Amino acid sequence: MATATAQTTNTSAQRELERRMLRQMLLIRRFEEKAAEAYALGKIGGFCHLYIGQEAVAVGSLAALRDDDYVISSYREHGQALARGVPANALMAELFGKATGCSKGKGGSMHLFDAGRRFMGGHGIVGGHIPLAAGLGFAIRYQRGDQLCICYFGEAAVNIGAFHETLNMASVYKLPVIFLCENNRYGMGTAFERVAAVTDVVEHACSYDMAAELVNGMDVLAVYEATRRAAERARKGGRPTLLEVRTYRFMGHSMSDPLHGVYRTKEEVEEQRKRDPISQLAGKLKEEGVLDEAGLDALDAEARAEVEDAVRFADQSPDPAPTELTTHVLAD
Amino acid sequence: MATLTYRDALNQALREEMQRDPNVFLMGEEVGVYQGAYKVSRGLLEEFGPMRVVDTPIAELGFAGIGVGAAMGGLRPVIEFMTWNFAVLALDQIVNSASKILYESGGQIPIPIVFRGPNGAALQLAAQHSQAWDSWLSHIPGLKVVAPATPADAKGLLKSAIRDNNPVIVLEGEMLYNLKGEVPDGEHVVPIGRADIKRPGQDVTFICHSKTVAVALKAAEQLAGQEGLSAEVLDLRSLRPLDEEAILGSVARTNRAVVIEEGWPHAGIGAQVVDVIQREAFDQLDAPVLRVTQADVPMPYNKQLERLAKPSPERVVAAARRVLYLD
Repeated sequence: MATATAQTTNTSAQRELERRMLRQMLLIRRFEEKAAEAYALGKIGGFCHLYIGQEAVAVGSLAALRDDDYVISSYREHGQALARGVPANALMAELFGKATGCSKGKGGSMHLFDAGRRFMGGHGIVGGHIPLAAGLGFAIRYQRGDQLCICYFGEAAVNIGAFHETLNMASVYKLPVIFLCENNRYGMGTAFERVAAVTDVVEHACSYDMAAELVNGMDVLAVYEATRRAAERARKGGRPTLLEVRTYRFMGHSMSDPLHGVYRTKEEVEEQRKRDPISQLAGKLKEEGVLDEAGLDALDAEARAEVEDAVRFADQSPDPAPTELTTHVLAD
Repeated sequence: MATLTYRDALNQALREEMQRDPNVFLMGEEVGVYQGAYKVSRGLLEEFGPMRVVDTPIAELGFAGIGVGAAMGGLRPVIEFMTWNFAVLALDQIVNSASKILYESGGQIPIPIVFRGPNGAALQLAAQHSQAWDSWLSHIPGLKVVAPATPADAKGLLKSAIRDNNPVIVLEGEMLYNLKGEVPDGEHVVPIGRADIKRPGQDVTFICHSKTVAVALKAAEQLAGQEGLSAEVLDLRSLRPLDEEAILGSVARTNRAVVIEEGWPHAGIGAQVVDVIQREAFDQLDAPVLRVTQADVPMPYNKQLERLAKPSPERVVAAARRVLYLD
């Protein structure tokens, strides 16, 4: 099992990038902690799937892409939306169901959209958005663009037919798509190895003659570098890539689900927490003398303040007007 | 006016819209090299090339989803299903993606896409290949559904569907592809949501669409011959939105109605039409509204049984006689 390793250079640009990635991961962590609090208070309803533990995946991969690339994700997408630059205010307001939310309060946690930032949702049916990613890739190819589409999904989606149909067609049509599988090891409460005959997701790429890479998802720089390679493949040759990024979810499947219990032990979660992607990058930056404890605290304080602001904004925002019930069913 | 088959009328609509708008493309099984399973796409690959006439593997869910994604990316896909029976595999993309993305994104991302193909029974294809999906698809907010009965409507409605900024379902008919009819020359567009009186009459209204329009027209002839009574044949053409004004206008003139459809009776299109009539025209009715549908069974293979299962002019006449209190 070859793991992609990060190749770092000591240029100031690289340091700035790493500092920015740490800041983004902190923002996601603090945002999700606040979302959990707000959920417990009843301010957020429905299903709410948190990204805590997986921050390096969204941050590392999106740092390697351009603003005009498309991003599409599953229902565990708060992290990708934040890393894409969707304002925390608009995201928190959406979780609160408010009119100022990024989907005007009509989508909620699972359906975050920001077309201006090419953030194409937030989709709630496991694997259902994977063909959409290929369609966006098809549109790029049709319009002779050099953009790409990155598609995030969990390992459980790999057992869905849509995954296989799409990878086949993406390869046949040579579509510029990065299929990024966030393997956090559990589909809700079912360990992947209990329901998958092939447990190394990257192996599936062979069936579709597709480039693939296995990546350590707790190492944000490794994710960044692997995504850069995949992006180059997409832009230069219009070829798709399957990335299997091994990560771990520190929370339950959704806010309604237990953190551990019948499907995984408390000890396992604690062991995994030692690989926290934020601590890893912070440790590296401290070791290299890029950041001291005070600098780290300042970054964290910034993230916390941004999230506090977002909660205040969401709290103070109005609900959608009753007339919004029937708008946007059909386009003009 | 030129006389065209329904197949060629659809072909003209595709060709003209692809010429008009470079963002329109056709994707589906056998649409390119093979020229279409039913030859609706004949000649299009040669004219527009493989980027705009795209052959797919047999993977309805996958290519329907690629179509929706392409629409999100600014294109105007036309997705052909070899038949709507196979499109059931793609329902997740039609129902969960195409119909909802505009709403759940708060209006940010329209999905201008057409899903089209033959619907309903042909001849002796047995249960899995002989189903009418009209009411399933019409149930979904965020979709439009049209079901043309004539070559002229096929051309005009497909053109409207391609130009629409929403997902539009076009229900065609294998048994209709060879049907000939006059199609107006030049630009011919039929607006979505307008029914059409295919035969005027005053004693009873036959409300129908797609293949059952021919059934209703035959029934109207028989009724005129047998009883000297005149039936009005109202072709819905669009199932969503439904032209309630046209339905109510006709019933106001005739005071009696029979609703005919290819689908099964339970929760069918007719149930929706009857609801409109009882709600808005209760006082104008001289008799309960009756329905003629496919028998409430999976379609049998045997020719005689299949004939019994389908709506027929005889069954429509029998229903008409009952609403006219002749029996």
